[in-house]
Amino acid sequence: MKIYIPLDSVAVALGADALVAALEAEADRRGVAVQIIRNGSRGMVWLEPLVEVVSDAGRLGFGPLTLADVPGLFGDLGAHPKALGLVEDLPWMKGQTRLTFARVGVIDPLSLDDYRAHGGFVGLDRAKAMSKAQIVAEVTDSGLRGRGGAGFPTGIKWKTVSEAAGDQKYIVCNADEGDSATFADRMLMEGDPFCLIEGMAIAGLACGATKGYVYLRSEYPVAIRIMNDAVRIAREAGVLGPHFDMEIRVGAGAYVCGEETSLLNSLEGKRGVVRAKPPLPALQGFMGRPTVVNNVISLASVPVIMEKGAAHYKDFGLGRSRGTIPLQIAGNVRFGGLYECAFGLTLGEIVNQIGGGTASGRPVKAVQVGGPLGAWFPPSLFDTPFGYEEFAGKDGLIGHAGLTIADDSTDMLAMARFAMEFCAIESCGKCTPCRVGAVRGVETIDRLARGDTSAIPILTDLCNTMKLGSLCALGGFTPYPVMSALTHFPDDFARSKEAAV
Amino acid sequence: MLDSSAQTDRIAEILTAHRGLDGPLLPILHAIQAEFGHLPQVAIPQIAAALTLSKAEVHGVISFYHDFREAPAGRHVIKLCRAESCQTMGADAVAGRIKAALGIDWHETTPDGRVTLEPVFCLGLCACGPAAMVDGRLVGRCDETLVAEVSE
Repeated sequence: MKIYIPLDSVAVALGADALVAALEAEADRRGVAVQIIRNGSRGMVWLEPLVEVVSDAGRLGFGPLTLADVPGLFGDLGAHPKALGLVEDLPWMKGQTRLTFARVGVIDPLSLDDYRAHGGFVGLDRAKAMSKAQIVAEVTDSGLRGRGGAGFPTGIKWKTVSEAAGDQKYIVCNADEGDSATFADRMLMEGDPFCLIEGMAIAGLACGATKGYVYLRSEYPVAIRIMNDAVRIAREAGVLGPHFDMEIRVGAGAYVCGEETSLLNSLEGKRGVVRAKPPLPALQGFMGRPTVVNNVISLASVPVIMEKGAAHYKDFGLGRSRGTIPLQIAGNVRFGGLYECAFGLTLGEIVNQIGGGTASGRPVKAVQVGGPLGAWFPPSLFDTPFGYEEFAGKDGLIGHAGLTIADDSTDMLAMARFAMEFCAIESCGKCTPCRVGAVRGVETIDRLARGDTSAIPILTDLCNTMKLGSLCALGGFTPYPVMSALTHFPDDFARSKEAAV
Repeated sequence: MLDSSAQTDRIAEILTAHRGLDGPLLPILHAIQAEFGHLPQVAIPQIAAALTLSKAEVHGVISFYHDFREAPAGRHVIKLCRAESCQTMGADAVAGRIKAALGIDWHETTPDGRVTLEPVFCLGLCACGPAAMVDGRLVGRCDETLVAEVSE
């Protein structure tokens, strides 16, 4: 009997480790030989822990599985109360175009044999036979843009580093995925770590870099463990070595270190303070050397682009948003999780059809797209197609493609206040609009909460100052959630003085 | 509890083990905190000397990051996510009840030294909030019954 139980943080947080122990004990008691494989998550969080039993027909899913459901796995599987049928046939799986996440949830994340059997290293092998310029051209032609949020064309960044003079260059993976509603980086690292390693190795070939770093946030203990194991295994197998080697570095709880220059300072062992640009990190990055800083998903999308070709990847998407995007549907949602598809679905399709509306069953009030620095979208904007320019055109951003769904009990003034409070806590302190502006923002929103509507123009002006005057996206984008809340939900900001006391 | 010379020896070992790394300060601080549960004051001049930094620079780095603590935490640490996705699932109310049950606020430790309560901004469990981490263990869809898990 072969059984898959995810090691993904979500499955673990919902009891997967206890299930493993219970399954082993039950198998022992019955004298049945069981092989348990810890896989990544399929991304259907409402079904976690999702246990899969290998049958002749394919992998049969059972979930969300509790300890009481374990003995039933040794009986008539078709009659099991949590039976879901073949996992591949579930509508959530069938609706997706899994390019970057093709192996996540499918393979044993730490098995190189599994990885190779599912197309792993085909892209790297192809890259080895190409020139630096050819690799860069392939990535450029794919239309891949930075998945961390900024959306800068990956190939152009690589070209700058590739052509920069320098005896030592670096590939730095930004795995400081601190935005609420985002977990694609985590799932990829936990479910298919060799994919990230392969992507970084290809980047190394393209840019002439021999050293890579993954800056991984400390809040992700499972991902840290899996990535460290994967790097060790890859090194033992000769995938990593003197030609290209890498280290996993752990962050220390500072949100701003997701900003690339702050990340580089942190990686150098300094305070995670933002650097002024120029110089670009591509020319003077880690230790002052030419450095590629890419998000996990950007780098992990490179192997499939190299494997199947730029044209295959570019065929998906809309406008200037090419390829696929792993949507992370979260918050107060019925069917939450990771859903990889081509750009272009409307926000309403994502929230209502894929996500199934709220978990509470109440109406959706707003959706924050792109993390704590993203705008809140009301249902009246649900016809917005999911793409970089399309969201920018509605005064929003797609960021790292996380969506926080909120029901009608949500107080948007409180959410706006939280955005300013968060910015005040996490500001690196280097620039005044962010350091001081966020504190003044909290105070100004508190005036509104007390019914002082004269604070509205002050808040608007403050947001404008932060947006235009901040050094990085923390201060510069905090106005998005604040102003979108104020613009789309004015009733929540119109407190009467009597009610506010 | 190690005496101070044993502590100094252990810190020296950690410093030696990190020799050769580019930008070794964060890995060193993590390793010392993993060893002692916090960053003892005696470590600062020792690190500064080893990395040819000033004590102020080392202190500046320690104080910048939320993870590093200069005093021991309680015997148990509860981290509750305060970020937006968890808020939409009632994280604020859960935090309020946990604070009331423990009689402490964020960043505080119960007078008996049993529990420290810390906020965290995102554990990546955003589709099964409210999320928490109890002594390093991840918990999805948590509520105030977490408090019972850290009873002694």
